[in-house]
Amino acid sequence: MNGEHFSPRLAARRRNGTIFKWLCFGATIFAIVMLVILLVDVTSDGLRWLSIDFLTRYPSRIPARAGIKSAILGTLWMMGLTASISFPLGVGAAIYLEEYAPANWFSRLLQTNIANLAGVPSIVYGILGLTVFVRFFGFQRSVLAGAATLSLLVLPVVIIASQEAIRAVPRSLREGAYGLGATRWQMIRHQVLPVAMPGILTGTILSLSRAIGETAPLIMIGALTFIAFPPTSPMSPFTVLPIQIFNWASRPQADFHDLAAAAIVVLLVILLAMNATAILLRNRLRKQL
Amino acid sequence: MRGRIADSLVASDLTPHGKRRLVEGSINGVLFLCGLVSVLTTVGIVVVLITESAGFFREVSIVEFLTGTQWSPMYSDQQFGILPLLNGTLIIALGSSLIALPIGLGSAIYLSEYASEGVRKRVKPALEVLAGIPTVVYGYFALTLITPVIRTVFPGTGIFNAASGAIVVGIMIIPMVSSLSEDALSAVPRSLRAAAYGIGATKVEVVTRVVVPASLSGVAASFILAISRAIGETMAVTLAAGATPRMTLSFLESIQTMTAYIVQVSLGETPHGTLEYRTIFAVGLVLFVITLLMNLLSQQITRRFREQYE
Repeated sequence: MNGEHFSPRLAARRRNGTIFKWLCFGATIFAIVMLVILLVDVTSDGLRWLSIDFLTRYPSRIPARAGIKSAILGTLWMMGLTASISFPLGVGAAIYLEEYAPANWFSRLLQTNIANLAGVPSIVYGILGLTVFVRFFGFQRSVLAGAATLSLLVLPVVIIASQEAIRAVPRSLREGAYGLGATRWQMIRHQVLPVAMPGILTGTILSLSRAIGETAPLIMIGALTFIAFPPTSPMSPFTVLPIQIFNWASRPQADFHDLAAAAIVVLLVILLAMNATAILLRNRLRKQL
Repeated sequence: MRGRIADSLVASDLTPHGKRRLVEGSINGVLFLCGLVSVLTTVGIVVVLITESAGFFREVSIVEFLTGTQWSPMYSDQQFGILPLLNGTLIIALGSSLIALPIGLGSAIYLSEYASEGVRKRVKPALEVLAGIPTVVYGYFALTLITPVIRTVFPGTGIFNAASGAIVVGIMIIPMVSSLSEDALSAVPRSLRAAAYGIGATKVEVVTRVVVPASLSGVAASFILAISRAIGETMAVTLAAGATPRMTLSFLESIQTMTAYIVQVSLGETPHGTLEYRTIFAVGLVLFVITLLMNLLSQQITRRFREQYE
């Protein structure tokens, strides 16, 4: 070792360290700055058009008369139907995987398959929905066809979130129930599910908020863009907020762009409300336990 | 004597037991069916894409489809070469990676190695909000804010250009890279860091030469997942990047991605069952195969190369 040539260059190394730290800090701030710019931009563009009339009128070719009533109602219908399809299916699948599935190749296949489905692009679900629900099952271009498609899309997320919630239930609760002579289902129904429910509900609401922001799969199944009436049954044709936003944003006129911004503000408020509900629900149910 | 008492006990319990078993069995069955839905979804996707594409490939040769450099199914001179659409998709994937991978990793490093608990608590929800914004909103953002900036900096650029789409998709996938990479970085045990400090490394050396290499598999997996997401992204690129399939490496031209093409056809009046209509299944199949392979690759990397500490 020729120690006399060793120079720790501490000053330079510390300087590099500081530069690196600030670069990483800048990267973190960049994402947040973008979020702020996006929110400010959309709100300032859309605020002028936001009014009660905008919420209660139907779409129109004249910007000043256009509204999003049919889109809001369509989104609410879509939310309700998607929830009632994906929640029981997703929770059922999660219970099966966590509590019943034997440790064999088929269970592993189920689990891998769910992980892979979560990565399939949403537009591919649109192709599936178009072929299976719209044509093969004959649902036509209805709310039901859209909700069935979106349910398949969010199902992996609901399953994975529910599995995590179920897995977090302590073993002692299960063993206590078995010790009192409960069957497996009694144990799940009365011990596991009540404890896991806050987590399951949070996961479901978050995945629903993803569903109501989805545009591509609904365009695929042919959700019409000009709908001047609200859906009256699951078989009605429909439009939803993201589709109305896409429709207005893809027109060249600036007035329509501002309408799109106003509709975006409404959509973001709905999403925010859903997220807040998820958090409140979680806290409340947690307190009751 | 004893045996007979035991026997009678069992016999008197038989009915409720039998009923219980029936209930338990049927619940098991119903729950299994719920799980089966996800398998049926995969089977449905594969069957739909393959059977409908088969009709397409009866009329257009696979070689022509995969190697042709012109895509014009809607013109009288029909050409079915998917390369221009792949080109468009790759430009978006490349451009968005240039933005999201370094920024996402940088913010993951900051959050995992430098930030205080308080900062982390405030920044992570903001990233989650960014991840939860619908893609059509990002499309609006690209069209009305990013595109005008690009057109000021590079005069002569059209309204629709790849750069605007790539930038916005990049912003969209930052939270994914950041959160998955952060998980990988924080999983590196303290002892490794302590050992590096012990032989005189500075913090930046510990981070870049010990922590990041040690979590490389997780970081790489997050990169692949994010790129796969960029490839499948639809609404933002449909709104911002245009509808002109072409072979180009320029970010300032209008392009068309595979996803944007599928949207374009389904918005139009193309009749069901025609060759033009079937193109969306062939393009969808290519899209599905690419994203599936990338997801499998990412899982494989996580499984194979995960460093086991403990």
